[in-house]
Amino acid sequence: MNRKLKRVSALLFAAALLCSCGGKNTADDTESFSDENYSQADEYTTVGFSQLGAESDWRSANTESMLSAFTEEDGYSLIYMNGQQKQANQITAIRTFIQQEVEYIVLAPATEDGWDSVLMEAREAGIPVILVDRRVNTSDKNLYSCWVGSDFELEGRKMAAWIGEYAKKEGLLPEDLHIVNIQGSIGSTAQIGRTRGLANAARDNGWDLCAEISGDFTETKGREVMAALLKRFDNINIVYCENDNMAIGAIDALESAGRKVGPDIKNGDVCVVSFDGVNETALDYCRSGKISCIAECNPLHGPRVRALIEALKDGKTPDKFNYVDEKMFSCITQVPEIEVAGQKYPVESDF
Amino acid sequence: MKEKKNESIFSKMNDTNLLLAITIVIFFVMYIGAVVIQGGGFTKPQMFFNILNANAALIITAVGMSIVMISGGIDISVGGVVALVSMCCAVYLDYHDGSIIGSIFIALGIGIAYGLVQGFLVAYLDIQPFIVSLAGMFFARGMTTIVNTAPFNVADEEFNVLKLTRINVPFMGSVNKKGVYVPAYVEIGVIVALLIVVLLFVVLRWTRLGRSFYAVGGNKQSALMMGINVQKTRFLSHLICSTLAGIGGYVYFLHVGSGSASHAMGMEMNAIASSIIGGTMLTGGVGNIIGTLFGVLSLSTIQNIVASAGLDQAWWTGITIAAMLCIFLLIQSVVMAQKKKALKS
Repeated sequence: MNRKLKRVSALLFAAALLCSCGGKNTADDTESFSDENYSQADEYTTVGFSQLGAESDWRSANTESMLSAFTEEDGYSLIYMNGQQKQANQITAIRTFIQQEVEYIVLAPATEDGWDSVLMEAREAGIPVILVDRRVNTSDKNLYSCWVGSDFELEGRKMAAWIGEYAKKEGLLPEDLHIVNIQGSIGSTAQIGRTRGLANAARDNGWDLCAEISGDFTETKGREVMAALLKRFDNINIVYCENDNMAIGAIDALESAGRKVGPDIKNGDVCVVSFDGVNETALDYCRSGKISCIAECNPLHGPRVRALIEALKDGKTPDKFNYVDEKMFSCITQVPEIEVAGQKYPVESDF
Repeated sequence: MKEKKNESIFSKMNDTNLLLAITIVIFFVMYIGAVVIQGGGFTKPQMFFNILNANAALIITAVGMSIVMISGGIDISVGGVVALVSMCCAVYLDYHDGSIIGSIFIALGIGIAYGLVQGFLVAYLDIQPFIVSLAGMFFARGMTTIVNTAPFNVADEEFNVLKLTRINVPFMGSVNKKGVYVPAYVEIGVIVALLIVVLLFVVLRWTRLGRSFYAVGGNKQSALMMGINVQKTRFLSHLICSTLAGIGGYVYFLHVGSGSASHAMGMEMNAIASSIIGGTMLTGGVGNIIGTLFGVLSLSTIQNIVASAGLDQAWWTGITIAAMLCIFLLIQSVVMAQKKKALKS
């Protein structure tokens, strides 16, 4: 009898563990959620936010901005799902939002392609979709209401203009610039725009663009790719990193290979330029000259998305594409401003 | 008195059926728990169909994985094969103007080729299956990048029609808050996956080949003495697994509609986890295909619960799955130990 008791209690214990595990995670957040769905449906506007991942500081700042823009005090209830860099997860997330009957869907897509069918489902369910950051290629542009984000190609062109301007001031010939591009995740809007900005400028100015290799926007991959590039080329003097995290990794690799990182190209320095301007370490590097120039990519989309949703709520039709203003940071004072397509942009040295 | 009855059922069942029963019970407890605690989306049938739609490919690969594991091996190349198949099919359809039938043959061809090579190395040259499939995984990932580096979407019209084909499930749809009727549906892949599950369930249960998988996985020596061709059986288990990975790859491709080197990352691990949750033992000889199906469903239900809970950090999914795996294994081993004791006395 005693043994039987033991056995049953062991089973009960395991079952209890199981329940607590399933329940604990859900209890706090979801009870309030299911309440909203039923009893407080009118009070809160439910918004589903499918973020693509948490690969960089930029992304974390972006998520943070979204989470703080849609709080319950403001009358919103935000369901946040992290896609862990996989489009398949994000498609599942959107389908879950449709089942949960959210009123608006905010999507930060992992890739540009492959969204037609799921966006069609959202439209069939009558839920407007707002895109953040990267864009999508759809057969029908009306599958999403609007888009908020950066002009990545402009960022790339601004950076290329800065490189050109700086080389001119330093008295370097175009063919003396040996550039490598450490790209972001292939296929992302940021990668495509920033790569295009540099590639076009390199072709037009006759710079030597040695290689373009993806570092997936992460510090680790940035370090690996830079180390591999240093073995392949010994004349690299400009490293164009498509985000800060990769720049930090690349600087690490350069320094461990015994190269000096800084703006003084003539005396053998390797000049690193990068994008985003969110990571504090990168900004410190930029102040001390390890990173010569940073083109900002503003991650604070939350308030802007909220304004768009409020406009949609009032029955207005907001602009399809909403760009955010972005700055340039550099501690080098020789280049106070740059010019892209007739438009002048100041380079801030105090940040 | 009731306990006594339970005990007699326990001891009557063989290991495979016992583990299967545990898995199914746990799955239902969990799903009902999700409906009760979380409400919202989980009350709708489409939530369940979405789990099926998103995991049809995983079901197929996990079934193959179970067969290899039952016969005492392991195959961690399946995720790579899935990625390779989707990339090759995508390139074939878009750049070589291919037909649907042709792309299906490519998927099957890659799967079978993988099965032949890996099966031969494992069964006839007696190399560790882990090492062989590890090499296979690296090869597949590498080849995927060689076939095409950049991820892209298939534009082929016929394919997109097939991709968007949905089988509506009658009476399961729901009307949402805005008063729009949202029909319930499953994708073609789900039908394929369920057919494969049924087919292999029959094979494992009622054919000579099926029983020899169990015999070889349970004990190679005794299987040999029973007159089973051990090498051939192991070879076939790998062949079936890789072929299913090929089919799973096509179903995955049909679901996402694009080719990418990062597709199906870590899918092999999910397949192994699903098999284990489904009651297949890594040591071989014990396992059930229906259990694997429920293993996949349990795994993705957990993922869905964690995701719907709005937990900010992605790693919660991983931690919860780890905890669930531990609990499953705990329950399994407690029940098995009890059964052994009961049999002894």
